[in-house]
Amino acid sequence: MTQPTKDAPRAYRPEMSRLWWLGRRSYVFFVLRELSSIFVAWSVVFLLLMIRAVAQGDSQYRDFLDWAASPWVVALNVVTLAFLVLHSVTWFNLTPAAAVVKLRGQRVPPAAIAGGAYAGWVVVTALVVALVVTR
Amino acid sequence: MADTITLEVMRYRPDREGGPTVQEYEVPLRRDWAVLDGLNHVKDTIDGSLSYRWSCRMGICGSCGMTVNGDPRLTCATFLVDYAPGPIRVEPLANFPVIRDLVVDIGDFMRKLPQVSPWIVRGEDMPVDEGEYLQTPEQLEDYSQYSMCINCMLCYSACPVYGLDPEFIGPAAIALAQRYNLDSRDEGADVRLDLLIHPEGIWGCTFVGECTRACPKGVDPAGAIQRYKLTAALKSVRSFVLPRGPR
Repeated sequence: MTQPTKDAPRAYRPEMSRLWWLGRRSYVFFVLRELSSIFVAWSVVFLLLMIRAVAQGDSQYRDFLDWAASPWVVALNVVTLAFLVLHSVTWFNLTPAAAVVKLRGQRVPPAAIAGGAYAGWVVVTALVVALVVTR
Repeated sequence: MADTITLEVMRYRPDREGGPTVQEYEVPLRRDWAVLDGLNHVKDTIDGSLSYRWSCRMGICGSCGMTVNGDPRLTCATFLVDYAPGPIRVEPLANFPVIRDLVVDIGDFMRKLPQVSPWIVRGEDMPVDEGEYLQTPEQLEDYSQYSMCINCMLCYSACPVYGLDPEFIGPAAIALAQRYNLDSRDEGADVRLDLLIHPEGIWGCTFVGECTRACPKGVDPAGAIQRYKLTAALKSVRSFVLPRGPR
């Protein structure tokens, strides 16, 4: 007598294409958001290079400013600024999903939590502007 | 409005074909018919060999999830008229192995669910004669959203992280863990955290957010995972700052 087979039926396993992220607008946006981390890293490197130049003296700082004014660095930094804004906005929009705050037993509305984060951003930006630009 | 609409249904018959094919069926376009009604019409009157899962027809059993025109949907809650004049492409849920036609292998999901201890875990059980574990409506409110999951797996189908890395424990399992973590009667958060703190757990999620958009019950698994990440990070910092203190 033959035994019933215990093998599972042959399943079809669809493979995800390398370009899966082009299939949906939200996926494209997600990949751009992930990519923004590279530009965040670049902005930190740029800041460290500037600090090093300042520490090395006046002429090195001038050299740094000349280098920073070259077209490709300006272009890179414009793209970096766009990605930093994307990174910050998506981060602040995520805040209410991660932080659920209760005040006197009531859940603080998500818009208020995101609004608080944006308000903090504006305050810090205003402080930096006051410190650096208006001096 | 036309009388009929075309369903382009993915067929996979492992006994006959090496890969999937598409078969077209013409079904009546009725205002009150969902995609599932169209499939049932095919099964009953055109082609009895078509295989798919379904049960309740009212969005609660979670068995009729399929990919409709590229989106993971409950076919009992997706109406034909919304896709008129058609055609409507019906495929199995993405990211799962296909056993036959529109039926996917849910074994991986069924193995993952119990790993998060989805039940009330107590350090010490209260004697039965002391009564129930009481809970206020506010305490119920804390987790009720996450208890709405019907295990339909649409979130797994929508999640590219799960598609790329099937070891990822996935949105519904993590949301279910949160459902019990946030339950005032539960004391099992540390047990679950030990399981979910690894890279295939909460940190595997890159917050694409598609799971929340796909969820037919408003569970918001993406939000649950981000909350979990914050809790895990705070616990790690606390155990680093207070190594001998309570976890």
